[in-house]
Amino acid sequence: MTAHDDTMRERIDSIVAAHAARPGPLLEVLHEVQRDFGHVPPAAIPQIARGLNLSRAEVHGVVTFYHHFRSTPPGRHRLQICRAESCQAMQGDALAAHAERRLGVRFGETTSDGGCTLEAVYCLGNCACSPAIFIDDTPHGRVTPERLDELLGDFVAAAD
Amino acid sequence: MSPRVFVPRDSGALSLGAESVARGITEEAARRGIDVAVVRNGSRGLYWLEPLVEVEIGDTRVAYGPVHTQDLPSLFDAAFLQGGAHVLSHGPTAQIAYLARQQRLTCPRVGLIDPVDVADYERCEGFAGLRRALSMRPEEIVREVADSGLRGRGGAAFPTGTKWRTVLEQAAPQKYIACNADEGDSGTFADRMLMEGDPLSLIEGMIIAGFAVGATRGYIYLRAEYPHAHRTLLEAIAAARAAGYLGTDIKGSERDFELEVRVGAGAYICGEETSMLESLEGRRGEVRVRPPLPAVKGLFGMPTAVNNVVSLATVPVILARGAAFYRDYGVGQSRGTLPVQLAGNLRRGGLVELAFGPSLRELLYDFGGGSASGRPLRAVQVGGPLGAYLPESQFDTPLDYEALAGIGALLGHGGVVAFDDTVDMARMARFAMRFCAHESCGKCTPCRIGSTRGAELIDRIILGQERERNLRTLVDLCETMQHGSLCGLGGMTPFPVRSALEHFPEDFGAARAH
Repeated sequence: MTAHDDTMRERIDSIVAAHAARPGPLLEVLHEVQRDFGHVPPAAIPQIARGLNLSRAEVHGVVTFYHHFRSTPPGRHRLQICRAESCQAMQGDALAAHAERRLGVRFGETTSDGGCTLEAVYCLGNCACSPAIFIDDTPHGRVTPERLDELLGDFVAAAD
Repeated sequence: MSPRVFVPRDSGALSLGAESVARGITEEAARRGIDVAVVRNGSRGLYWLEPLVEVEIGDTRVAYGPVHTQDLPSLFDAAFLQGGAHVLSHGPTAQIAYLARQQRLTCPRVGLIDPVDVADYERCEGFAGLRRALSMRPEEIVREVADSGLRGRGGAAFPTGTKWRTVLEQAAPQKYIACNADEGDSGTFADRMLMEGDPLSLIEGMIIAGFAVGATRGYIYLRAEYPHAHRTLLEAIAAARAAGYLGTDIKGSERDFELEVRVGAGAYICGEETSMLESLEGRRGEVRVRPPLPAVKGLFGMPTAVNNVVSLATVPVILARGAAFYRDYGVGQSRGTLPVQLAGNLRRGGLVELAFGPSLRELLYDFGGGSASGRPLRAVQVGGPLGAYLPESQFDTPLDYEALAGIGALLGHGGVVAFDDTVDMARMARFAMRFCAHESCGKCTPCRIGSTRGAELIDRIILGQERERNLRTLVDLCETMQHGSLCGLGGMTPFPVRSALEHFPEDFGAARAH
């Protein structure tokens, strides 16, 4: 048991304790765990289950049901590209292909330097400004491949 | 008083640089020793003009857009704070044709006010509906909403008053209002604009709904993809609480209402009401078998009114101005107005709220300005990923629930996604199946397995493998999914697939007719 593990356990205990009395708290707990750790560590599942009086299977089932929850740490930055219809109507597929080439990863993967995770998302609600993306918490609209390069330039080295 | 300048905090406007424009205006004004108050409003919904900066001059607001930081020195040079002429000026905002021609009953304040300022909201008829509701008995409120003809704007179009009456009639220790803010349909953003631009109207609608059905607790189930809406909602809820509109004994009425926002986790299926309730309870978003209806046995097993954001945000105006006022708009069984969202390949995408009944053509061309690419429009998907694809020959269909149902289509949440003639409709049909497979909750077989098999069939058809046989199987599979699925995801995925097949057979390898 490392100090790091102890810190994690303490933090998760306090998250669980903060929500346990609320009705239907599991998603709220998972959101907060992911906010703190960047993902929901599989090692945390038994602890969350005990704290909320659920089975491990129930917690695991919820974590894996929702696209938003991850079981592995993400990259330092997150690039979400909308792949839904409105963005497809505005060359979103070309933008998506460009992002994969530029980062050298497929959707769902993280660059080898841990710099950026590329995620597909189905609608960001910015459909009048397609194609739409988020980089971390910042939305960008009408994004061309050139614009994406500019936006990524700050923190992603070219893959080739 | 320093002149007021409005720069949207709407996430669509932010995606085009509104944040740096707001900052830039403050900095440039300071540099020039000019006093200015920057107000962060919602978006007017004229997205091709965003970031749209408005300057208040007396009772008029003058619009400049799209404004980028590099335009700011010239705007200040042109005395835009006094409404000065500039190449980016559009004159008074209210007179811009796109806006002037609208009938904004649900969204009159979106883009107009500071979304988290209760006083601003009250100056624009805010809480007038609630004040009237406070003097009414629950059944009177329900009757008012029923008489208005309001139907669920989330897509199912079920009469809101009927749903509320069912909840009202239940005897239970606790009832709930559950607002469905899981706006997952591509091409829709009216919920987001309302929550970012006028969240108090949603809050007011939920309080009135609570009084109407006897519910003292409300939940807003908000999708995780809307972090800006989340922040604005939390600010607005805090402001409403501070002003005495939430909590116990609201405005001396001896009635209580508490409101909480719960955030989803990226599952399209959670826009389906029973799956949303499962998710609110902290479980996998698997669809529940109906009956019992949520109105009888919903959240935590209690009677629950599940309503969409637009439906709830429309309730205040119905109470404030009366059922007859609202019902006078619209056609046939589609009463009132619909905030249509123009998206995809259009020059002028945005929010267009009109009484039911305008043609698709009017929206696509008169408002939308035709395609953004300059190429001919070829197909339009109305009503989200589960809506039908319509060809040009159907662009004269009026937008109302019955007219669209009459051509095998649906209005859904009012999203309109336009495609130009470069679209490959076989790929769009395959995407519909793939999306269904990606988002299926897995509870029923037609949806879980059918969607994957459907995508494979379309792949084979595209490759020309046993085309006729695979087409027959695909149509048969669509029948099975449509009639055998537990909810609309599997049940409606056949709409885009079959409409694409019917209207664009040439994309599936059929010999061209000419």
